[in-house]
Amino acid sequence: MNATARIVKDKKSEIFELWMKNQLNDDGLREDLMNNEDLRIQSEELLDSLAIALNTTDITDYDSPGFDTVNEILAGISGSRAMHGYSPRETGLYVLSLKRALLDILQIELAGQTDLLYQETLKVNNLVDSFSITTFETFIKGREEVILRQTDEIAEISTPVIRVWDGILALPIIGTLDSSRTQVVMENLLQEIVATGSSIAILDISGVPAVDSLVAQHLIKAVSATRLMGAECIISGIRPEIAQTIVHLGIDLSNIVTKATLASALKFAFNTMRLEVRRKTVNA
Amino acid sequence: MILSLKKDLIKINREQDVVLLRNRTKEFAVKIKMGLVNQTKLITAASELVRNMLRYGGGGEVSVEAVTKGRDNGIRMIFKDSGPGIADVNKAMMDGYSTGKSLGLGLPGTKRLVNEFDLKSELGKGTTVTIIKWANG
Repeated sequence: MNATARIVKDKKSEIFELWMKNQLNDDGLREDLMNNEDLRIQSEELLDSLAIALNTTDITDYDSPGFDTVNEILAGISGSRAMHGYSPRETGLYVLSLKRALLDILQIELAGQTDLLYQETLKVNNLVDSFSITTFETFIKGREEVILRQTDEIAEISTPVIRVWDGILALPIIGTLDSSRTQVVMENLLQEIVATGSSIAILDISGVPAVDSLVAQHLIKAVSATRLMGAECIISGIRPEIAQTIVHLGIDLSNIVTKATLASALKFAFNTMRLEVRRKTVNA
Repeated sequence: MILSLKKDLIKINREQDVVLLRNRTKEFAVKIKMGLVNQTKLITAASELVRNMLRYGGGGEVSVEAVTKGRDNGIRMIFKDSGPGIADVNKAMMDGYSTGKSLGLGLPGTKRLVNEFDLKSELGKGTTVTIIKWANG
């Protein structure tokens, strides 16, 4: 057993107190996110597993399975911190303040033995550095999971099919129309046409920021598929700047009924279905 | 003489990067006070080229630059990939020609949307497309 392992074992409580002091004194301590008691329990668990690992494993061999438990606990801590909205700085300080505590105790214990102190300091440095890499990897992974979840949520809410009238469906498309989204839009639309027996579908692209040839191609495909189902498809929400761009690009949408607003598309649909909307005349 | 004012490099590897590029292009265009119609034209052109890049060139790099020439301000974009290159550039610039299953309007349409268009392609080495859209062009 080397000097550091012995010191960590013998002086565990001192190291722990010093580490806690470092953490509690830091300005970045988030008492709003975690109370001191939880922080103590978490830190003690980590230090315990570190002491056990150092007992059995060589300190320089930080990739060895002996440190797996420490890494696992660290991963758990930083993962949950990422989810709870800690900043990377706060999470980083958590591990790095352990280094400061360890080095302070080493300095006291190995006072006078300069060579040994230097060697042990170097080892502790490398070990804690490898811990902080683990911490950051899992922290970022935790954040990425948050992002992935949000992406899924956006994909889910993005394509509602609305029944605006008996026989008329509206599909407001918001955001970029890429291949995978077109697939979802098309599936929802065609299914809803069958389910409701609608004869007119309005695709509203007011919320699509740019219409390039790929988006146009997707739209044309959606219209063709709707027609095959025996329904008519109107594209609405074509803004002036988009109209000019489409013309310059040379996209031919003349076979498709297009309208500037959803209102005029609805009016057209009413006309086709021979419906009339009238203001009520009030008898005085 | 075209002077560059501000430059940004964006790596394109996935379909999601198209959105990022479009937003960055819009930021640049708004900064030089480009009108809404020209903004939309530029963004659509960028979106066409970057899709080509992803589909045929396997991704690459795009530089967005705010440039100035005399009293005109504009945006210059350079699309660079190291894909297989374009076999017949003249054919590729024709309306309705596509080696994929698209409408075949990407390159000729883009040329109509911007003020300056330059395409250099070398088989096996890659393709570089440079476009400029002036704020009042």
